[in-house]
Amino acid sequence: MTLVLEAAVLGILTGGVYALMASGLTLIFGVMRIINVGHGALVVLGAYLSFVLWHSWNVDPFLSLVVTMPVMFVLGVILQIVFIRPLKTDREALSVLVTYALALGIEGLLGYFFTSNYVQISVWYDTASFPIGSFRITYVYVYGFLLCLAILGAIFLMLYRTTFGGAIRATMLNRTAAQLVGIDVDRVSAFTFGIGMASAAAGGVVFGITNTFNPGSHYDLISRLLTIIVLGGLGSLRGAIIAALVMLVSEDITSVVISPVWANFAFFVILIAVLLVRPQGLFGVRVREGL
Amino acid sequence: MKRLRDARILMGSGLVLVFAFALALPAIAPDSATTNMAVFTLMYVGLATAWNIMGGYTGYISLGHAGFFGFGSYTLGLLLAKLGIAGGYTPFLFVPVAGILTALLAAVVGWFALRTRAATFVIVTIAFMFMLQLLAGNLVGLTGGGAGLGFPVPPWRGAFYNIPFYYAMLVLAVVGLATSWWIRRSKFGLGLLAIRDDEDKALSVGVPAGAFKLTAFVVSASLVGMIGGVYGYYVTYIYPQFVVDPLIGISMVLMVFLGGLGTIGGPVLGAVILEPAQLWLAYHYGASRLYLVFYAAVFLAVILLMPRGIIPSARDLITRRRARAGGSTGAPGAKSEPPAPAAQEAIAQ
Repeated sequence: MTLVLEAAVLGILTGGVYALMASGLTLIFGVMRIINVGHGALVVLGAYLSFVLWHSWNVDPFLSLVVTMPVMFVLGVILQIVFIRPLKTDREALSVLVTYALALGIEGLLGYFFTSNYVQISVWYDTASFPIGSFRITYVYVYGFLLCLAILGAIFLMLYRTTFGGAIRATMLNRTAAQLVGIDVDRVSAFTFGIGMASAAAGGVVFGITNTFNPGSHYDLISRLLTIIVLGGLGSLRGAIIAALVMLVSEDITSVVISPVWANFAFFVILIAVLLVRPQGLFGVRVREGL
Repeated sequence: MKRLRDARILMGSGLVLVFAFALALPAIAPDSATTNMAVFTLMYVGLATAWNIMGGYTGYISLGHAGFFGFGSYTLGLLLAKLGIAGGYTPFLFVPVAGILTALLAAVVGWFALRTRAATFVIVTIAFMFMLQLLAGNLVGLTGGGAGLGFPVPPWRGAFYNIPFYYAMLVLAVVGLATSWWIRRSKFGLGLLAIRDDEDKALSVGVPAGAFKLTAFVVSASLVGMIGGVYGYYVTYIYPQFVVDPLIGISMVLMVFLGGLGTIGGPVLGAVILEPAQLWLAYHYGASRLYLVFYAAVFLAVILLMPRGIIPSARDLITRRRARAGGSTGAPGAKSEPPAPAAQEAIAQ
């Protein structure tokens, strides 16, 4: 029982990190109607950027976000302008292929510079732990969770308290109508892609401290992130957050109750179960209207 | 009319020539480096053609076909192992069995995945692929897990080794092409194209969209499964990550897009151009993984510069030339295929 409880707590803490990564992905879908298959590669890229800063200059990975998040934001805006914006027809299908190609390109470049050896960012708080009741929790999970909570909070504040956030929400609701009322949809799209990438960088740091990774790690990540946003309902921020928590908690519980090798499988089983009942995902339609 | 008949004769004789060349290739260039490349090229001709039956005709993009490839491969390997079949020509006889079993799996997966549309469908197929990869790795008692699964060792030696596999791949590619051609000409195919253009309208005029989509999915997947089976026997040892390989899944998609989505010749053209290039890149830059960057660059160039593929673009060019030359009686190219939806959308904008 303690083990299950411990797994559940750990699931919630890592679920927060996945919630951040998935919310970038679902925001991008909501605004541009594209599935960014390259999102996992962007997370891995963010992890490598922080890895370089930590490895070469001993910069604390959390502190390195001050540099990597703006860099990734700018990179995201550029990628959107160069590769996504030109897609005029059949966006949904073509964007999958374009972002897949971006993932391959990033994987190839990372492989060229860093080889395919596994690396990990290690800091004092990735092993140090503190006791809660009968078990111990490693500091990094708590720090990572708090960081992601803060960034998610900032995203929500931006969406609901700023004019620009209003423009993003309007574009998500109805692209044409948003254009009609004078919203620069292209600019909103580019910035949203940038925000998605910046949040991927933040998720990447926590991912890079808690996991060993190599350039090919993005496949595993993207299959999880896509499952999460489908489960939550494409384009629903709240859905993505809840789905991430549900998925990671069930994964960690499966890991201790059954076996770690089947942990990933919990993802797919839940996805199938939910889609059988609600093909649009948990919050597919309702939240779209609510926004 | 005369011009149309001439075009038909020209195309027919062209096809016969290409087929004769394909039949005779092992005699023309018997060295194993060439035949090896030919086996893989034909494999991708078959895969791209099969993928096109679903992705090109119905517009449902599946990125999970590598799952069926791997499933077919494992199915054949397990069949041969359980039945104790020795290497030789007999294993090829079991390839259709692998195809049927893959079709069964595809029916289940398709029934489930096709409840969703567009973006969600893409994601569900990706999830399915990773699920199969995980199963192949975890069901150690059945598949051997990460240690891999061995096939009976083919008895052929030297340069002849590739030849039986070459013809097996050729047969599957021809079967795929014939199926694709037949579907394209049938009422069923018209229904699929209608689904691609507007599924709701297709439904409203009485196209049984659900059954049609599922049939196309199953046909497409079973072809891919059979090709996966032959591939497994060819490489004699398979691992979860190498047969359920996302790169295989995306390669067939890219080939179809390069050649021309929804055309019959497009996938062939795409495979014949890209697969030798891919093999060359992997051979020269594989160790540094730079080949992935080249591959991505080709991919991006194709989709951004020529999103409709070579064949539709070339056809447009010819039609425009004809129109400018004053031949207003309708070009043969325009008659045989309706304009792609991309063109219609471009006009609409």
